[in-house]
Amino acid sequence: MKKILIVDDEPNIVMSLEYTFKKNNFEVFIARDGQEALDILKVRQPDVIILDIMMPMVDGYATLEQVKLDEKLNNCKVIFLSAKNKESDIEKGLALGADLYMTKPFSIKKLVDQVNHLLHQEADGE
Amino acid sequence: MSSISLLIILSLYLALLFFIAHWAEKKANSRWANNPYIYSLSLAVYCTAWTYYGSIGVAATSGLNYLPVYIGPVIIIPAWIIILRKIIRISRLNKISSIADFISLRYGNSRFVGALVTFICLFGILPYIALQLKAIAETFHVVTRTEASSNFLYDTTTYVAIALALFSSYYGTRYVDASEKRKGIVTAVAMESVLKLFFFILVGLYVTFFVFDGFDDIYSKAVQLEDFNKKNTIGGLTQAVNWFFFCLLSLFAIFLLPRQFQMGVIENNRESHIKTAVWLFPLYLLAINIFVYPVAWGGNILFSNTEVNPDTYSLLIPQYFDNQVLTVLVFLGGFSAAISMIVVSSIGLSTMVSNNILIPYGFLGTLKSGEQKENTRRIVNIRKLSIFCLILLSYFIYRAIVLDYDLFSIGLVSFVVIAQLAPSFFGAIFWRRGSQGGAVTGMIIGFMVCTYTLLVPYANGITNISSTFNTEGLYGISLLKPLALFGLDYLTPVPHALFWSLFFNTLAYMAVSVSFKGNYRERNYAEMFVDIDKYITMHENAFIWKGTAYKTDIQKILKRFLGEERTRRALTIFNTKYGVDNNQEMADARLIKFAENLLTGHIGTASAKILISSVVKEEEITLPEVLKILEESKENIIINKKLTETSNELKAITAQLQQANEKLLWKDRQKDEFLDTVTHELRTPITAIKAASEILHDDDDIPDPLKKQFLQNIISESDRLNRLIDKILDLEKFETGKQTIHPAPNNIAATIQKAIEPLQQLIKNKGITVTVQSGSVEAYYDEDRIIQVATNLLSNAIKFCPETNGKIIINIQKADDYVTVAFTDNGKGINQGDMDNIFDKFYQSDNQNIKKPVGSGLGLAISRQIIEHHKGKIWAENCPDGGARILFNLPVKPI
Repeated sequence: MKKILIVDDEPNIVMSLEYTFKKNNFEVFIARDGQEALDILKVRQPDVIILDIMMPMVDGYATLEQVKLDEKLNNCKVIFLSAKNKESDIEKGLALGADLYMTKPFSIKKLVDQVNHLLHQEADGE
Repeated sequence: MSSISLLIILSLYLALLFFIAHWAEKKANSRWANNPYIYSLSLAVYCTAWTYYGSIGVAATSGLNYLPVYIGPVIIIPAWIIILRKIIRISRLNKISSIADFISLRYGNSRFVGALVTFICLFGILPYIALQLKAIAETFHVVTRTEASSNFLYDTTTYVAIALALFSSYYGTRYVDASEKRKGIVTAVAMESVLKLFFFILVGLYVTFFVFDGFDDIYSKAVQLEDFNKKNTIGGLTQAVNWFFFCLLSLFAIFLLPRQFQMGVIENNRESHIKTAVWLFPLYLLAINIFVYPVAWGGNILFSNTEVNPDTYSLLIPQYFDNQVLTVLVFLGGFSAAISMIVVSSIGLSTMVSNNILIPYGFLGTLKSGEQKENTRRIVNIRKLSIFCLILLSYFIYRAIVLDYDLFSIGLVSFVVIAQLAPSFFGAIFWRRGSQGGAVTGMIIGFMVCTYTLLVPYANGITNISSTFNTEGLYGISLLKPLALFGLDYLTPVPHALFWSLFFNTLAYMAVSVSFKGNYRERNYAEMFVDIDKYITMHENAFIWKGTAYKTDIQKILKRFLGEERTRRALTIFNTKYGVDNNQEMADARLIKFAENLLTGHIGTASAKILISSVVKEEEITLPEVLKILEESKENIIINKKLTETSNELKAITAQLQQANEKLLWKDRQKDEFLDTVTHELRTPITAIKAASEILHDDDDIPDPLKKQFLQNIISESDRLNRLIDKILDLEKFETGKQTIHPAPNNIAATIQKAIEPLQQLIKNKGITVTVQSGSVEAYYDEDRIIQVATNLLSNAIKFCPETNGKIIINIQKADDYVTVAFTDNGKGINQGDMDNIFDKFYQSDNQNIKKPVGSGLGLAISRQIIEHHKGKIWAENCPDGGARILFNLPVKPI
């Protein structure tokens, strides 16, 4: 069973994501902000992280930087899911090493497809 | 007293004058030679021997008639502040050195006008100088009790004239530039003014208090003389009209007499000196007149039965009582009055003769090819010779003609002749349309009328009954009677001549000026004269000239008069003043005018123009073109002036602009960020709604409770979206003034409580303690709006409170007519750099550690709008012990 970490401060969005991924046979972890996410990552190694950017305390960019420093998370895919949809924001996100940048509002179906695609690629590569 | 001893005294006195002149030249820059008092006193050159002796004569024979000569100047002197200052400015800027230069420059810099003015001045002034010589001679004989000799070799006046000629030609031509200041002469004249006043008052006091027993005594004795009443009555309207013309005459004289122009304009070195002159000079005139009457009537009483010349009463009275010292002192006073006039007039006239007749009509060719040293020597010699000749010429006029006339009448005839300059002169500074043709016609006709009505009758002898010309008119036509022209028979000869000559003069001047257009040069100078104040700084700009000129040609001419070194320096000044490149090959209008000015002091305006135009090629410009250029250059000059004046101001404004620009850029960035934030805020609920809807749509096997939960999410997110839009619209309404408030009496404590209530749960969750410190305060406001503000501020405070132990204090206080509400938290406080901006709509702190702001950054902006609509104030501060405090106040009473 693949593991997924959802990091977002909007409870209603989290709720939809949680329901959908659980239904698609993921083990789901939830964090309300970057700090909480990093705490979880100390003990868990998810296969995918869905990361919001605008969050209190530690934002998405800073969280990703920390993730990239952690060797245990080398194989973890990171998807930014943000309402920040400016070119510059997207470029910044991808430059930091995110595998994908999706803008809000998003299609849940597409997101699930993209996650599966990323994980499939991983499997092929091996 | 013997002739020899008086001659010795005279020589000593002259030596003293030489010494003072010499000393003042050396100390030309000290404040002794350079103050408004010297200037004002030097103007008293107006009071000549005619004043000194003649006034007494007139007062003795015809009563008050001596007064108008002083009243005229006193009437016009207050206007000096405007008129004289204008004349001085025009003269200074154009390097004008005589009244002939002044008038001729204005009328197109015409050589002919200059010569004409010089001619009129010579005609008017030479007899006047002769008059002074006559006064010296007569009084000399009175003092020495000798008879005038017909052999000029035995006539003391011959030698006095020669001595004066030497003195004036030496000190009057120290500088080749005639517009230079002659400190020596001015100081000597000022000193003489003091002396003549002092001696006159001395004899006045002597006559009034020693010979007689005060003013009363003289009056009571004079009344008994048979013709006292007749002489001292102002006779009706005709007399009044006569008086009026006498006043007018002297009013013109104070401007137009070459010696007054010399002292008042050419020798003025600071405009501010006029301010002293306007009170000191009239005071001087008053002082010198106080004792005229007592001396005159004292003389009449003492000499009622003897045949003596009343002009000499001031000498005869002390002599009668054998007071030798006083007699000599009075004589010296009169001598001073005479020689000041002679010296100053001859200098003024010689400048005119040399610069307006001899050089432009004769020597210019020679000067043009000469070298600088040679030229300087030549010009100075021409002037020296002119002074010498003028004084000697006056001497011969005195010997040949004036001997038979009294002081007063000759003086007045001079005045009338000089008054012919008046229309052209005053027209020059006040009337743009005045043209050369008008000026020339006016002056010639005026002079002719003056000759017909005054000079010829005087030459015939005014009371000569055997002259049919005088009594019956030309060819016996009674309308042409010279003393009652066109039947005007109630004026005395001088006012009569003044009236008709000025009438025809002015008429011709105006008629010709209006009927015929002047050329462009006249129009150009008209502008520069009339509007001198506009051109005061860069007046070369006002000169209009078109054509081709090479700088080197002009330089060559300048060198011939100024020499190598001064030419170079002058051109450097010019280049700096106008920012012209030193290597520029062609000369422009400004340089032409500048060069003319440099030469003007040496050779006069007309010659300067002739010389410069001989090396340049000028093109005709049409009159409309001139007017257009003038208009433009006037604008340019104004702009130029303003530019120089405000260059510092501009720098300051530039700095301000830069600041404002930076601020604008910063605001623009803030605006982008705001839009960013707002769109982000709008997208977030939309995202939640979309995600929930998608699940509900695609997934049929969602358990019912969960389905309900998703639907609930959609509803609450829609509400959130709606609130956000309301806020944005709210702010927009306040900012565009569409929002109105509905104030009513309310209790502020109750209102705050209403704001706290809905947030109670949140406060509890975060473990914050909220304290309200307040009594009950009534105020006048829109409660819903103030609740909105309080909610905003409270939410902010909650947001910034620390995770644990958060404390919020709300304090309500009333002071004067305002109630102040303060929200204090114990968070990290407001960054100092943000303090000014936190109420700006687009503002979100750059230094917010918390990357995701709660709320949209609109709360404080809306709060400020609401408070300001209540005529209150909202501001922020940091507490000394950490934490932020946001305060607002509201007026208690309705506004």
